[in-house]
Amino acid sequence: MQGLDFSVVPPYADILWLGVWWTVVLTISAALISFVFGIVFALVVLYAPKTVALPVRAFMWLFMGTPLLLQLFLIYYGLGQLGFKIPALIAGIIGLGLHFAVYNADILRAGIVAVDAGQTEGARSLGFSRMQTLRHFIVPQAIRNTIPAMGNNLIVLLKESSLVSIIGIAELVHAAQLAISETFRPFEFYITVAALYYILNLVLEAGLRQVEKNVEVSR
Amino acid sequence: MDVSLVERVFPFFVEAAWITIEISVLALALGLVVAFLIGAAKMSRSFLLRAFGTAYVSLFRGTPCLIQLFVLYFGGPQIGINLEPFAAGVIGLGLNIGAYMAESIRGAVLSVDRGQTEAARSIGFSRFQTMRKVVLPQAARLMIRPLGVNAVALVKGSALVSTISVVELTYTAQRYIGSTYKPFEIFGVAAVLYMLIVYVVARIVDLIDRRYAIA
Repeated sequence: MQGLDFSVVPPYADILWLGVWWTVVLTISAALISFVFGIVFALVVLYAPKTVALPVRAFMWLFMGTPLLLQLFLIYYGLGQLGFKIPALIAGIIGLGLHFAVYNADILRAGIVAVDAGQTEGARSLGFSRMQTLRHFIVPQAIRNTIPAMGNNLIVLLKESSLVSIIGIAELVHAAQLAISETFRPFEFYITVAALYYILNLVLEAGLRQVEKNVEVSR
Repeated sequence: MDVSLVERVFPFFVEAAWITIEISVLALALGLVVAFLIGAAKMSRSFLLRAFGTAYVSLFRGTPCLIQLFVLYFGGPQIGINLEPFAAGVIGLGLNIGAYMAESIRGAVLSVDRGQTEAARSIGFSRFQTMRKVVLPQAARLMIRPLGVNAVALVKGSALVSTISVVELTYTAQRYIGSTYKPFEIFGVAAVLYMLIVYVVARIVDLIDRRYAIA
């Protein structure tokens, strides 16, 4: 047992900041993928012909029933086997993005179904096509109503982004591991990393609250 | 699709699946104990207990579970805590899921109508009696579903202990992907076993829920 000494941390501030930066980039990129594909998956499951909807539904079912870490291994090694030479960073973003797209799709599907049928009837009777009705009336309302739930997913995504360190992406956890390999001080560095995630989390939560408030006002 | 590979590795995966189940069950038990203590602390009249409960939930839910495991397993020896990977996994997952379950329990208790507490208190029940004999029996029914959701998340989250070298399903999958370079087949085998476990958990939650359903 050795005493704790947090003065080993400041010399590695630059590396840790770079780690924070990459964690933010990773989270934002994966969040965008999870949002766009969440909408696509939800629409496919609801409106596409069975031949398209069934595989997507099976994919969602598979990704909801298995751990994210396992999915990251599949995508990282699987894409390589299929002949796509992609860097770990891209594999991590795709893996995180698809994982959370599935959860967003589940929320959005319920949100789309919950939009009042009168909205569709109204838009259709004004001469909008089915596609236009979805695009301009139904989906925007569904997104607005599901912002709190998708925001929760985003908070989980930020924390789960730590998993991509396992496939070798140089984000926050990886930065800490680098420092630990030189200092042999895991406790100090992992506590520091935990504190940094906690702060990122507080910032994200404050941001989401603001977004929700703005949405409430514009209603 | 390499069927002979799947046949060859399957027994090892079944063994690993049992480790996943053991870890999940033990972490669930620890998590429930933690959850009731933290839930009680958060609803206590003592400011200190409430502050502790709130801080616990906030810290464990506000940081990644992976980091909590790393602090415990890699950082533990520095503060005199030396744990085997399996024990560190159970304790780490249990402390983490306990924070989430505490919120499920609190949510259920808070959604019992206030009138129930007021009525019990006005006919002379103590605060403790009110909680034990009036509120909790009604809240118990309401917490089955949310706790079930936590339990399913725990099974999937147990994959994290592969990073502290517990040889469970995900660790085994990672090792075989590395040695056979057949990611799809190996993922398939592990996925089937995970989904089987998740399905059984969901069925058990269904059964408990139905057993205690009103009417």
